[in-house]
Amino acid sequence: MYPSKFNYHRAGSVDEALRMMSEAGEGGRFLAGGQTLLVLMKLRFDEPSDVIDIGRIPDLDRIDVTGDRVSIGALATHRRIAESDLSRAVPIIGDCANGIADNQVRSRGTIGGSLASGDPSCDWPALLHTLDAKIMCQGPSGSRTLDINGFVDDLYQTLLEPGEIVTGVQFAKSSTGSGGAYCAFKRCAPAYPTISVGVQLTLEDGRIASSRVALGSAGLTPIRAVDAEQELSGLDSSAPDLEKAAEAAVAASDPVHDQRGSPAFKRQLVATLTKRATNIALRRANGETVKNSHEYY
Amino acid sequence: MSEPVGISITINGTLYERKVEPRLLLVQLLRDELRLTGTHIGCDTTYCGACTVVMNGVPAKSCTVLAVQADGGEILTVEGLEKNGKLHPLQESFSEHHGLQCGYCTPGMLMSAYHLLKTNKNPTREEIRKGIQGNLCRCTGYNNIFVAIENAAKKMQSEA
Repeated sequence: MYPSKFNYHRAGSVDEALRMMSEAGEGGRFLAGGQTLLVLMKLRFDEPSDVIDIGRIPDLDRIDVTGDRVSIGALATHRRIAESDLSRAVPIIGDCANGIADNQVRSRGTIGGSLASGDPSCDWPALLHTLDAKIMCQGPSGSRTLDINGFVDDLYQTLLEPGEIVTGVQFAKSSTGSGGAYCAFKRCAPAYPTISVGVQLTLEDGRIASSRVALGSAGLTPIRAVDAEQELSGLDSSAPDLEKAAEAAVAASDPVHDQRGSPAFKRQLVATLTKRATNIALRRANGETVKNSHEYY
Repeated sequence: MSEPVGISITINGTLYERKVEPRLLLVQLLRDELRLTGTHIGCDTTYCGACTVVMNGVPAKSCTVLAVQADGGEILTVEGLEKNGKLHPLQESFSEHHGLQCGYCTPGMLMSAYHLLKTNKNPTREEIRKGIQGNLCRCTGYNNIFVAIENAAKKMQSEA
């Protein structure tokens, strides 16, 4: 399958990319790894007049940890993140990066593209809710920082303005006594998850002091399950009853019927994965090393 | 511009310089322009992995890469595995252990396995499963592919 004809521009810097985009106008698209955009173009779901290749912009793929701040450049591929020290230091990042799609897609797909696509099934937008991430953006009217909460505001829609680009994400490195896990359930490696749940929590005196619960593929946008977080709050970490938190996560979800499953099946998955991710997060918060990755069925 | 773009790509050690339409996919450059038809097109939607090549040292689905994105890069295709008329140990092992039936997925399977053994000389069964997770085979049930890759790893270690 061939995409429609387009004009190709290769940007050497973010500023140049923004200039090329403003010249291209409405028909312009930024191309990073292409693992979302090229598929849409081949299926002719998208027929841009101009493709602005940002994939070679230097230093936009950097992963930096300075003090307790983590910064990941938009062009960091899933593979690069999976193989980085960060994946070991922040296990929930490793869970996600190691399991996104398959080996080949992880070589090319980028965290910035995953965010900018606004796809509710993409792993990063859901996961980054658990880390209170900030999205760094640059556009015709300058740079700004957006909160991950609400960043994907509708199906395939984000708060990005026309011509604006994601340059990176930032979040705080989790402290001692914190743990997280991202559990995604999918048909096979190349498929998007049927449901995914991310849980990041912090313990104080053996109890859950604070938490974040985020759901992917569970509605038209990634969903932060605030009521589930409240149910987790104060639970004893040694023998927690997670039923109420799981029920709250299910109540926050709004899954649609598609080829991946019925809403009832997906709600069951939300409950199961909420409990599973919370249990792994608790063990990690207690200092245990737990292997975790996307699961297939 | 929509006019052809000049690119230079090293494929299996040979430098190719071409002018290509921006929308030309890497797999089409390989198959249609360079007649390297070992790389197959299966699903054409980034699922099946039949078109897998090693691009700049990592596996990629060449149906989801523009030829212009590969400009300046190094590509290894299944044609590049053979050396001096001798099959690569992976190819020998797929043949010996019946790691294929119809053979359609095999070039992509070999390239994923090649990358796996480059980065992990003695993979466990679990690591092999993960190594070829992006390659679908509808004939074999995968078991003989796992066995073939395990035996290729042994061959390569004894030859090294």
